Amino acid sequence: MEKWQGWDKIQYEAGLDPHFGTKIASIPGGDKLLACIQCGTCSGVCPLSPYMDYTPRQIVAMIRAGFKAEVLSSYTTWLCASCYSCTVECPKEIKITDVMYAVKRMAIQEGVYPKRFPTPVLASEFFHSVEKTGRSTESWLLVRMYLKTNPFKMLKQAMLGFNLWRRGRMGVGVESIKRKDELHRLFTAMENETRAERRAGQEVRP
Amino acid sequence: MTYVYFPGCSLTSTGRGYHESLQEVCRALEVPIQELEDWNCCGATSYMAVDESKAFALSARNLALAERLGNGSTQMMVPCAACYLGLNKAQHYLQEFPAIRGKVDKALAAAGLAYSGRVQIRHPLDIFIKDIGRDKIAARVAKPLAGLKVACYYGCQLVRPYAEFDDQHNPTTMETIMTVLGAEVIDWPLKTRCCGGSLTGTIEDVGLRLSYIILTEAQKRGADLVATACPLCQFNLECYQGKMNGRFGLNGKVPVAYFTQLMGLAFGLSNKSLGLNRLFVPLPERRAVAAGGGAHVRG
Ligand code: SF4
Ligand code: SF4
Repeated sequence: MEKWQGWDKIQYEAGLDPHFGTKIASIPGGDKLLACIQCGTCSGVCPLSPYMDYTPRQIVAMIRAGFKAEVLSSYTTWLCASCYSCTVECPKEIKITDVMYAVKRMAIQEGVYPKRFPTPVLASEFFHSVEKTGRSTESWLLVRMYLKTNPFKMLKQAMLGFNLWRRGRMGVGVESIKRKDELHRLFTAMENETRAERRAGQEVRP
Repeated sequence: MTYVYFPGCSLTSTGRGYHESLQEVCRALEVPIQELEDWNCCGATSYMAVDESKAFALSARNLALAERLGNGSTQMMVPCAACYLGLNKAQHYLQEFPAIRGKVDKALAAAGLAYSGRVQIRHPLDIFIKDIGRDKIAARVAKPLAGLKVACYYGCQLVRPYAEFDDQHNPTTMETIMTVLGAEVIDWPLKTRCCGGSLTGTIEDVGLRLSYIILTEAQKRGADLVATACPLCQFNLECYQGKMNGRFGLNGKVPVAYFTQLMGLAFGLSNKSLGLNRLFVPLPERRAVAAGGGAHVRG
């Protein structure tokens, strides 16, 4: 093959994942994704789109076309603040916010996000703390996120933490519910259900 | 009728002023509330990003506990916009998707719980305007907020995609309440624009930009303060102002208070009971003095 500058930037059909679109569209109510008319309303109303590498409209097109690697490693979904502007304005009633969530879940599952990038780290830390105690303790959550991403930044945030604490707006203990066993039984049953669905071949959703 | 009160994690920490002022205002308006016993986290936006079905299970436990408490006609009062959305989203998905419903029902049963779907999830703004009514609020006003220009800020998740109590694009409930309290409300286009949510903690520069855009617009339009109805909005808009001064040249400081704190002030309740001592940016002194009132806003 001839090699010129940027030859490897050209995308061929073989590099795409033909099942990516249908997989994302399998989330509850996700089938409408395939009906996108590329009007760009979502990108127009999205307050984060100026800072994204791909706009929401582009992400929807790329999902449908099977650009899995590019979508999962883009920053767009991590910049999405779940404000639901796109979802309520989309003329085809595509639940774009939920599509962004599905992409986030798949990226976390497959471990493809930029190393030490704070958003997925915060999401995972939040998940584990709530799974253990039933509540989230904002202070400890942030401490763990900074330790795993950028410990230096924690020092810079210490003043904010102190100011919050001084006004009684940040506790130092860990919040927890009383009947943790009840929650654990609930989660375990949920996990078993998901496993059973997977075995039965129903659950392929992200 | 007693409302089952769901505070959520933020109201026990950064949003304590909301927790305190809401309870005071309910007492003043004779709205009986009872905190949901052993409530758990709503899952916020992070949980959805890791495991969707567990996010629904979290909300389902809260709904099941609330239903048990309310004997089948439960009205749940949910002040935090993220909790309000999370609980509503679970409620909608349980109704719309039988597969999710079946899975959640089985998991609830394993934990000795059950949920029939009859809890109504309501924001205090909704309850105050629809159930209590402006007349009863007006009757309680002792120190009108005359002369105070308020920018009412709803943020995103309170009105989108599930709120039924107000218009998604141009909600006006908070404006109605502020007007009843005697304050002046400003007209502005950013009342439902996103504050940045948890981005201030992760991709700080982007998060701060979003909050800055809201504050600077409120300032340009002459607002003395911003009123909020969500603990994350309040935290983002208020606590990072120092950084916004340096980075984007935010001009001075803009007070950001919960709408319940302003209600409490107009009712003549004390600063401390409303958690006003917890604000980073103090509320402005009253400029014009209302006839018959004569008290300062900071009381
Ligand atoms: S608003 Fe809807 S139809 Fe239009 S581009 Fe976005 S996803 Fe497609
Ligand atoms: S939900 Fe996400 S993608 Fe949609 S408008 Fe809001 S920030 Fe943009």
